[in-house]
Amino acid sequence: MSTTLILADFIGGKNTKTTAELATVAARVGDVTAVLLAPSGQGASYAAGIVQGPIKNILIIESDGFALHGVGAAADVLSQVISLKNPTAVLIASHAFGKEVAGRVAVKSNSGIITDAVDVGADLTVTQLVFGGSTTVHSRVSHGTPIITLRPNSVSADLVAVTPTIETLNLDISSGSKKTTLISSQPPQQGGRPELTEADIVVSGGRGTNGDFSVVEAFADSLGAAVGASRAATDAGWYPHTHQVGQTGKTVSPQLYVACGISGAIQHRAGMQTSKAIVVINKDPEAPIFEIADFGVIGDLFSVLPKATEGVKARKS
Amino acid sequence: MKIAVCIKQVPDSWAEKKMLNGYLDRVNVDAVLNDLDEYAIEEALKIAEAHGGNEEGGANTVTVISMGPERATEAIRKALSMGANAAILITDPALAGADALATTKVLAGAITKGGFDLVICGTESTDARMSVVPAMIAERLNWAQLTFASAVSVDPAAKKVTITRVTESGVDEMFGEFPAVISVVEKINEPRYPSFKGIMAAKKKTIENMDLAALDITVENAWSAVIDASPRPPRAAGLTVTDDGTAADQLVSYLVEKKLI
Ligand SMILES: Cc1cc2nc3c(=O)[nH]c(=O)nc-3n(C[C@H](O)[C@H](O)[C@H](O)COP(=O)(O)OP(=O)(O)OC[C@H]3O[C@@H](n4cnc5c(N)ncnc54)[C@H](O)[C@@H]3O)c2cc1C
Ligand SMILES: Nc1ncnc2c1ncn2[C@@H]1O[C@H](COP(=O)(O)O)[C@@H](O)[C@H]1O
Repeated sequence: MSTTLILADFIGGKNTKTTAELATVAARVGDVTAVLLAPSGQGASYAAGIVQGPIKNILIIESDGFALHGVGAAADVLSQVISLKNPTAVLIASHAFGKEVAGRVAVKSNSGIITDAVDVGADLTVTQLVFGGSTTVHSRVSHGTPIITLRPNSVSADLVAVTPTIETLNLDISSGSKKTTLISSQPPQQGGRPELTEADIVVSGGRGTNGDFSVVEAFADSLGAAVGASRAATDAGWYPHTHQVGQTGKTVSPQLYVACGISGAIQHRAGMQTSKAIVVINKDPEAPIFEIADFGVIGDLFSVLPKATEGVKARKS
Repeated sequence: MKIAVCIKQVPDSWAEKKMLNGYLDRVNVDAVLNDLDEYAIEEALKIAEAHGGNEEGGANTVTVISMGPERATEAIRKALSMGANAAILITDPALAGADALATTKVLAGAITKGGFDLVICGTESTDARMSVVPAMIAERLNWAQLTFASAVSVDPAAKKVTITRVTESGVDEMFGEFPAVISVVEKINEPRYPSFKGIMAAKKKTIENMDLAALDITVENAWSAVIDASPRPPRAAGLTVTDDGTAADQLVSYLVEKKLI
């Protein structure tokens, strides 16, 4: 059987569940080899973090250059692997880093690229949801090795236990791919909560929180959810920019999205409209966010959220 | 410094978008300058102003580059009225429905021809929403890639650019040398409104029109193709309750019923 490559998705040194989702889709096309870019000496411990997903082989490339030189270095090495393995397709997580790596790899290998896939068929037909989820598009790469980025949380992962063979390759990052250098890095502040794009449930707060995210966080914690924010909230400095959901923030498609004190501007909707279920708490019945709500509460978030938090805790205990 | 800004004319994000023969219908909707590119223009002007200006005889020039149909001149005029000095518009029948590979081949060609030090882009076009063009331009030109910047500082003497990059991996400080491709996020600045003087001045600025032949580029194939597009059923109308003290309980029951908890 042919080989399909996935780029193992590590954020902050941790394997994300997107890796298993990528493998699930890639396994429809061919035997899955996960390419693992790790810091020097840490390939084995990183590989040990990949425990689920239909992965046949893990290919480790170690270098401190990946952290130091970012997208350019990852794209360079991944392209070298493509030349060596001649895969049927390459699948990468659809976030800022993944998409940029995919773009550069597409140029290097003169191959077509499709981003933001929500599904990929065995024949490499890609499904995308466009225009805020109002339109389904099917497309296919027509030249070169298909380079496809898959949105986290779009497919349900095959969570088989992995017992992959492990191979280590010595590949050098070409000097031309080291044009950008890291000075310092501050990992995202998650506060022990799941990563936003990966989370099954996201609870977001907007201007309606008036700067007090404690009720939003408490509700999120009762659900084991990630916390998101509108731009109004991140601009005001109430919540870190890295938590912004929307056109210029993260795109999320969790099982459940709870929008608290968010009006539903088109730019916010662009980042959450494909969520499976949407719950809204807003005191203005005219807020446009109600148009896309599966369950809407017209009310004050400061009275609804604490009660709902107690209600969820009571159910769970 | 010679600074280029890549801008795109896109369908108005408030307008309803539809597919026509497998492509986004760009003809029957209002078109505007991609709003994220306004931040790129503003940042280019700020960088120029901080290092000797871009007026007549100034130390810098800001040139906007766009690939798109004739009517993209509307978006270009806006950039010129904000204060950009010059503009290049690449239009060619062979570019209808161009994908990211074709777009970046063309933009990289125009950038090479212009001999720029810095290229500044938005992070995303509101229609394609790929966020790949800046990285792909950097790859094609073999320049430093400094993308998703929420802050940029430029040192023209040392030919060095330092940015704060904000992504899912956190907040990174990074640097590279000229020539470099930068993309900026909307947190970086507040784009200026064109002044009356700016609008008048823009009318006198010329837009250089080019086609593929003028750039000595061929786009021999499409790298990807749309098979079909279909509207999805609208979200079924949901249930809305007005809080009378019991809404939280109803909300929890909804979550239980939908097996979300
Ligand atoms: C280029 C560009 C990019 C953008 N990108 C993004 C993006 O990525 N993400 C994003 O979110 N926005 C983005 N925006 C901004 C967007 O247009 C809106 O301004 C923003 O989403 C508004 O945030 P909000 O809903 O929190 O605030 P508002 O629109 O002010 O809404 C606040 C809501 O809270 C409700 N409320 C107030 N008090 C309470 C209470 N006690 N209880 C319950 N409800 C209450 C109000 O009724 C109101 O509906 C972008 C804008 C531009 C121009
Ligand atoms: N046709 C185009 N002409 C000029 N610049 C473009 C074009 N398409 C994309 N860009 C630039 O690339 C950025 C990212 O676009 P995209 O990768 O399409 O989301 C935009 O914000 C623009 O700065």
